[in-house]
Amino acid sequence: MVSFLFRRFGAMLLLLLVVSFITFTLFHFGPADPASAACGQECTPDRVEQARVALGLDKPFFVQYFAFLSGLVGPRMLGAPGAEQMCAWPCLGKSFQTNENVTDMIANALPYTLSLAIGAVLMWTIVGVGFGLLAAMRKGKLTDRFIVGASSIGVSLPIPVTGLVLLLVFVGTLGWFPFTTNQIVSPFGEAGFGAWVTNYFLAWVALAVLFSAQYVRITRNNMIETFSEDFMRTARAKGLSRRKIVFKHGVRAGITPIITMLGLDLGALLGGAVLTEQIFSVPGLGFTAVKAATSGDLPVTMAITMLAAFFIIFFNVLVDIAYAFIDPRVKVN
Amino acid sequence: MEPMLSVKNLTVKFPTDDGMVAALNGMDLTLNRGETVGLVGESGSGKSVTSQAIMGLFKESRAVIDGEITFEGTDLLALSEDAMRPYRGKKIGMIFQDPLSAMHPFYTVGAQIAEAYQVHNKVSKKAARQVAIDMLGRVGIPDPKRRVDNYPHEFSGGMRQRAMIAMALVCEPELLIADEPTTALDVTVQAQILDLISDLQAETNSAVIFVTHDLGVVAQLCKRVVVMYGGQCVEQASVRQIFQRPSHPYTRGLMASMPHLAGDTDRLTPIPGSPPALLALPKGCIFADRCEFAKIVPDGRCLNMRPELIVEDDHAVRCHGHELKLIDETSLIGAGS
Repeated sequence: MVSFLFRRFGAMLLLLLVVSFITFTLFHFGPADPASAACGQECTPDRVEQARVALGLDKPFFVQYFAFLSGLVGPRMLGAPGAEQMCAWPCLGKSFQTNENVTDMIANALPYTLSLAIGAVLMWTIVGVGFGLLAAMRKGKLTDRFIVGASSIGVSLPIPVTGLVLLLVFVGTLGWFPFTTNQIVSPFGEAGFGAWVTNYFLAWVALAVLFSAQYVRITRNNMIETFSEDFMRTARAKGLSRRKIVFKHGVRAGITPIITMLGLDLGALLGGAVLTEQIFSVPGLGFTAVKAATSGDLPVTMAITMLAAFFIIFFNVLVDIAYAFIDPRVKVN
Repeated sequence: MEPMLSVKNLTVKFPTDDGMVAALNGMDLTLNRGETVGLVGESGSGKSVTSQAIMGLFKESRAVIDGEITFEGTDLLALSEDAMRPYRGKKIGMIFQDPLSAMHPFYTVGAQIAEAYQVHNKVSKKAARQVAIDMLGRVGIPDPKRRVDNYPHEFSGGMRQRAMIAMALVCEPELLIADEPTTALDVTVQAQILDLISDLQAETNSAVIFVTHDLGVVAQLCKRVVVMYGGQCVEQASVRQIFQRPSHPYTRGLMASMPHLAGDTDRLTPIPGSPPALLALPKGCIFADRCEFAKIVPDGRCLNMRPELIVEDDHAVRCHGHELKLIDETSLIGAGS
């Protein structure tokens, strides 16, 4: 197990290195000129050059790349020669646009994304897996057809549509929910748990509609397959209660692919839910990333890309480890 | 004496996209306490459907079931899924064909046996575990104390089937249905499993329905044989009678197609034709189109009229030719001996 973890985390670091290199390259050879973007509206060529030097963009590609990497392992110096400032580890640089420390920006944005992701994941897991299971148990009946039909609608509703409709109806017309505020970042804050839920509820629903539909389908298909397994017949032949047959034998066996999907989706979502954050004005990672990418803000883009990649890879490893606990036939080695 | 189990005129039909598939077309079977009956027939003849219908495994499915299944005076077909539970495992135990897929891959063998015991007996987890260990010992698993914590995939095929038997017998059922329990196993292991089942049966005096397509197994294990064809019982008799005087043309064909140690060992005599299409059964005898006697029976009776199961000296046969005494049953065609 220990050697497995070492190998997986080693591979993870390598993969992150590759991701960082690709992102850096794309950005570097892209058409945007961060220096002219950073120096403002009225810019003389001289001042653009000054900005370029101050941002370190005058240096060769590999020097820039290694300077970025050095910030990941220890503190590094930033700024124009002569006016250097110390940037503490982990240093992801400073925003070309606002001159803010990127590490701080990430630390500020992450709780919003976390709030969004956790609530949405809980919501769609309960709704999606629950209704998927129900549909599988009532296969072919009216309940099943209704659930499958609803999920077809849900899966084809894009976030901007659901999001805007939800805002229009529940905030605008009915006034049941307040506009999203960026004052509430955690359920343990001053505003309290209830305010946290009301603040993010509609955003959760918007995400959950889309994802629940997918989870209904995968759960239903998996459970129908599992219910037809021989060991389910054995469970019935033992005289077990329906509840034990479905949950102890059926769900236990059919849940594995759902856990995989859940891990990957959660990982992806933690990197920032771009559309949802935009529509509900949640200043999370997705929101920040879009702003940075459109204004040529390399350090911020790099940081969020790396973080998103980290989450995806990390949850992949986590799913692999979870497998070993769920399925005794799986040996981690 | 009232038989322990009696199946009368049982029909089971499954709806499919192409129409109703008639898996059982008036199946009859009786079983006395402590008796071992072999249920033989080719694939699709309805052996497994019969055993699963007795277990009530088609309840709440889309199968259409008619007829009668009486177990110790109770009409099992009338029971609901929940009312059937005290019979499953407790009074009727079942062993399945492929023990690897029939056991849950995520639970230990011991936990699965203990679970089967705990459903019907109010005992602590620890006591149930001890029962599982004892049971594994009884079915011949070496070192059961350690093996109880193994998962099914850590057992060999033969051991898994032993564990399956332990699971089916842990509540000491009065009836054991073994649905081709040796088909998925090596020949040497098959013999061990058969010995085990007959030993345990002698110990517990439970009745056994042994589903198989292997007449050799039947001869070794059973007192009585039920031969099935096209979802019906075509012949029912003692093993001695079946082997000495097979009366139904299908049974005779089965005997003739078996390899014999003596005689012509190079050639086997197959039954011509193929099994009946269960989607569209003939209105006459289901076996008629493969039967060499159908031509000699007068009035085209075999093609137009379903024969009845006629019982004579405890030997039941469903055949017009036999009924009219048109078949010379003293010689077995093509048997080679």
